[in-house]
Formats: sequence, C-alpha cells, structure tokens
Amino acid sequence: MVEMSGAKALIQALEREGVDVVFGMPGGANLPIYDELYSSSIRHILVRHEQSAAHMADGYARIKRKAGVCFATSGPGATNLVTGIATAYMDSSPIVAVTGQVPKAMIGKDAFQECDIVGICASITKYCFQPMSAGEVPEVVKKAFYIAESGRPGPVLIDVPKDVQQESADMVFPEIVKIRGYSPHIEPDVAQVASAIDLLLNAERPIIMAGGGVHISGAFAELQALAEMLMIPVVTTFKGKGVFPENHPLSLGPIGMHGHAEANKLVTEADVLLAVGSRFSDRSVGRFDEFGRDMKIIHIDIDPAEIGKNKQADIGIVGDVKVSLRIMLKMLANKVIRKGEGEWESNQWLKHVREVKEYYRSMIKDHAREVTAMKAIKKLRELLPADAIVTTEVGQCQMWTSLHFDVITPGTFFSSTGLGTMGFGFPASIGAKVARPDLPVVDIAGDGSFNMTENSLAVSVLENIPVIVFLLNNYSLGMVAQWQRLFYNRRMIGVDLKGMPDFVKVAEAYGAQGIRAESMDELDKAIRTALRSDVTTVIDIPIDPEENVFPFMPPGKGLKDTIIAA
Amino acid sequence: MTWRIISALVENKPGVLFRVSNMFRARGFNIESLSVGPTEEQDLSRITITINSDDHTTEQLVKQLRKIIDVVDVIKLPLDNSVYRELALIKLKAEEPTTRLEIMNLVNVFRGKVVDISKRSIMVEITGTPDKIDAFKALVEHYGIIQLARTGVCALPRGVVYE
Repeated sequence: MVEMSGAKALIQALEREGVDVVFGMPGGANLPIYDELYSSSIRHILVRHEQSAAHMADGYARIKRKAGVCFATSGPGATNLVTGIATAYMDSSPIVAVTGQVPKAMIGKDAFQECDIVGICASITKYCFQPMSAGEVPEVVKKAFYIAESGRPGPVLIDVPKDVQQESADMVFPEIVKIRGYSPHIEPDVAQVASAIDLLLNAERPIIMAGGGVHISGAFAELQALAEMLMIPVVTTFKGKGVFPENHPLSLGPIGMHGHAEANKLVTEADVLLAVGSRFSDRSVGRFDEFGRDMKIIHIDIDPAEIGKNKQADIGIVGDVKVSLRIMLKMLANKVIRKGEGEWESNQWLKHVREVKEYYRSMIKDHAREVTAMKAIKKLRELLPADAIVTTEVGQCQMWTSLHFDVITPGTFFSSTGLGTMGFGFPASIGAKVARPDLPVVDIAGDGSFNMTENSLAVSVLENIPVIVFLLNNYSLGMVAQWQRLFYNRRMIGVDLKGMPDFVKVAEAYGAQGIRAESMDELDKAIRTALRSDVTTVIDIPIDPEENVFPFMPPGKGLKDTIIAA
Repeated sequence: MTWRIISALVENKPGVLFRVSNMFRARGFNIESLSVGPTEEQDLSRITITINSDDHTTEQLVKQLRKIIDVVDVIKLPLDNSVYRELALIKLKAEEPTTRLEIMNLVNVFRGKVVDISKRSIMVEITGTPDKIDAFKALVEHYGIIQLARTGVCALPRGVVYE
C-alpha cells in the first residue's frame, strides 16, 4: 500500500493498463488529473473540442483493438463527449472516458460547470463509475478497462469529483477484478455449434453474413477459412465491411440500405444464413418481418441479448466469434473434405452467385462528369497500399465508400455505422493514425461532415499525426439532398452549403496541405503527393451536387425493394 | 399477453434502480409494477417486476436486465409455484356509521385491516395477490376512493431452489 492522491492513482492505474496516449482537454474540474499527467510518460493529445477527443479514442480503439482513453472536464466538457460516447456505444467500441466532476459537497447544488454526466450517459455506456473516495480509484480504473474491453466491448465513463482527485488514501492496485453481475459468454455451447454445422452442410444455398463482431474479435482468418472450406459466399453488414477481403471471389460486399445490389439480392435467396457477430440492424436487413422469412438462421454473437432481439434465430450461439468459429472449424475438419475451386462449376448455387454478381456489377452506371465520387474512390483504392486504414465521414461519402472501395486487408476499415455521426471520420482517423503510425490513414469525407470537426486539423498538424482527408465536395448535405430529390419532390431546404469554406485554404490556415483536384489526372497526382507527405493533406475534390448514391433500399422497405439506379 | 413476475437480484448501491428503470424506458418495455427492497444479504437488493407481455418480450426484458452490470441474477418466477403478494392502502369516504360498518364487514371477508378512522373517512389495508386487491377495490369503489396506494408485487419462489 502506498499513500497518494486520487489523481495520481488514476494516472498510475492508467499506466498499469498500458495506456500510452490520452486525448483530451483540461478544465477546472480535472486540473489535479492533468497535474499528474504532467509527470507521466503518457502522451497527451490536446483536442479542440471534446467530441473529437472521444472520436479519436474510438478510432484508436478500433484499430488497436484495446480501449482508447479521453479526458474532459465537468459540465460542458463532459456533455461535449456525449456524441462521441454514444457513437462508440452503438458500434461496440471500447473507450474509457474520464471526466472531472465538481467536488462531492457541490454535487446536486447546480454548481458552476456541474452536470449529471453519469445520469446522461446511463443509456449510452456499458457502465459508469463515480468514485466517492480516492481509495476506490485503482479498482474503478481496473474494472473500467475490464468492462470496456471484454465481452461485447463498449464505452465506460469514470466521473471523478475534484476533491476525490485531490484527497490522499492508501492505494491498492488490484491485478484482477471480479464483478459478480458480469461474466461475458466466451465459450459457445458445442451442441449448438454441431447443429449449426449440420444445417450448413445440408444447405443448398448457404450464405454467411459477417458483422462487426468479426472485426472486434479479430476472427478474419477463421471467417475466411470457414468460407473457403465450405465455399460459402460472404456478405457483410456495413459495420462488418472489410472483415472478409472484398476482392475475394466469395465476397459479395455489404448488404443494406446502400449495399451492393448482388448482396441484397442473394442474401434473400439463401436457404441457410450464418450471421456472425451481427445485430441484424434495420439498415442492414431492412424490414425485420420480411427479412429471412424463408431461411434458417444461425446467429453467433457474444451478447445473449442480441439473439432474437431483432430477428429470431433457428440456432442461437452465444459466444466469442473467434472462439466459436475455431470450434466450428475444428469440428468441420473431421467431417468434410475441403471443397475447392471446382465448386464454381459444379455447384448450382455458386454458379448462380457468380452470374448475379457479374450481372449487377456490369449494371453499375457512372455519372457523366469527369470526376465522380465512384471514379475518385476507385482511383484512391488503386493508389493506396492494401493495408492502408480507411475511415469515413457520414452521408453519401460513406455510402459511396461502402459501394466502391474494396477493403483488401481485413480489419483496415471502420466507420460510424450505428449512430451515423457526422464529424466522426476525421478525428477518428487521427486516433487510428496514433494507433498505427506506420500505415497511411485516409478519411473519405464529405464537406458537411468534415466541416463539423475540421478544427482537429490543428491537432493533426501540431501533434504531427498526418492523415489524408479525401474530401468528396458536393457543396451540400448530399444524403439529405438525395432524399429531398427522391422522396420530397425536390423541395430542397437546408442542404445547400454554397461552396463554403474553401477547404484548400482552411487546410493551409492550419498549416496542413490543401490540394484541389478537378480532373482525374490532378486527383492521381494529389493522392500520390498526399501519400508521400508527412503532413496532413486535404484533397478537395469537387463533384456534382446532383450525384446520387445507388443502389438504394428506400427507408422502411425490404432488401428486395432495392432501387438499382435512377 | 400474460401477466408475469420477474425477480432480479441487484447490487445494493446508489444508481442501480435508475439504471434498471432507465433501461425499461430506453428499450420501450412497459412494466406494470416494480418493488425494491433489501434481501437476506446486506449488499443485495431484490427488484420484483410485473409485466403483461408475450414470451418474446419477456425473454428480451430478462436478457436486457441480465446485461446490466449491477444486476447479479434474474429469474422468471413461475406463477403456479411462487408466493406473491401486494399491499394496498385504500382511504374511502365514510360519513355515515352504517357505511363504516359495511366497509368493515367487507374488510373482514378479505382478511384486511382497518388502519385509520376519521369522522369522514376510513383507511383499510389489504394484502394479497393483485387480483384480490383489484377485486376489493371494485367492491368498495362506489363508496368513493379518496386515496389509494399500492406497493407493487413482492414475490419469492416456493421451496428451496429456483429454476
């Protein structure tokens, strides 16, 4: 036991968790914590708005696959984190958010910069802690990381009153913690796995639907081995985009509102669906009552509450995706002779899959302009190394990425898929770059979203965290504009961004590099320049504001209602 | 739609009831009654919830409850093999002595108690299943109910082990 302040114990506990970086902003109520950070080896990255701190921690977490940490002060500092925490919650991303709180005696008195952040965050966190004595801090931090990272990951909040940071106590740093109401289900029920295998082996038209759980558990190799062993085509949810190489012959890409037409069609034709680490979100499957009516569903998920939440499964397997798939592979190894490439000719379903895929890929029509979102994104893919990390903002830019950017190395793509948070991509790309400084990191952005958190340019320049902002600039809130064009009789309101600001100049004002690319040739050069640069580059790519995203499953409709083109 | 009882053992500490009730609100579960109290273990409380719903919703509610980290255990109580009780306090208008006598007779039949009498009112305490309390309430409604308070159901399974 060592006597120290709550603030010092907090920083030491973070160090013990292996935390090497914190994204945050100081203020009145977390000054004691910052004072301890001063003498710590943990890197502090000063943000310009706390929302971005949470997104950076989130981006860091998704690439590092361990918790990212952000700091904010009480009141507005804490409430600014909320959007970022909710984003992480919806996408099951582990972040530990540490907020300062007014001193204990002031809680409930409507003190200056007081806010009930624990109450606010209750439904957007996995858990919230508010240690009321300094001595609790080490155990609280240990529990926070355990909860955030284990099972189905998610954000955890630690709200520390200022006097708890300041007061001293004898500290015990536990090596392990037990929480009696919390024990993640890791090992699946083997009997259920065996029935799943029987179902899969007897299927005529099997399909795998891979979700974000594959990314979280890092089960890329297992998923690929299973698909190849049984020669089963793979669709992904949008959250699962890139968990299976999208240039693989068995890959059909994402399903959903802006999924690939072939994926949306084939997933409804399957007789057995193996859903791996997916929550059957409405954006992926459309109408719950319509999806999968005539198919058997096998659902693997670590969260028991997901089995049967949106879609009733015929076989529900609760367990870690990687562990479950490994068991499945082991059991299969004794049963089947590995199926091979010959299946493409002999298997009716695979022949059909290939035909449908080729048909719809040949149907893809591009917009008439020289530079379009699709062409720009395909050019980016061509020039980026296979293992480059790509994230997106939210809106048309995100859906064009989903459709036209093939993720080759599994686990190198992520986006705000659940909450759909505009402004997420850029700060998240900075977090990802901190996690993997050796890889190029690109944020495929739109002007509306990038505008929301562009002040993180200061962070990326001053902290020397170079990323590439690939800005598909249509001078409008393009997705909303698309809906107004298609569903509101072109009554355009609140979507025109009138070409403001000049993003090249914005980049330069922050000391970043700004390049405008108005032809494919200029774009080619700009991407090459950005990849060679050691400073953040904003590539401003003007596109036609009228360019729509297709295919498109209209809201409230099912996958079969997907509109292929205008 | 069937009436069901769910019993949850939770950590006895601040904020737990909020987390539980907040989850019901956020996920759109409609609960009929909820009661909380201490248990045989000092650091655990028992929350007893009654809902009127189908199997699927009940299953989801149980799973979402289990997911809350401060919830240690959740069971669905079998109605035919559990003891469940609710207590109601009912204050009735009783301005005539004959009315009082009538009410007191009814209270006796229902094995209730008169717990307060004033010149113009009478307060009775009824314990039993929610059905019994509903029945008593229906019987005395015409006297005029001035105020009514119910505790919500509190329940335990019969015998030694559950599930």
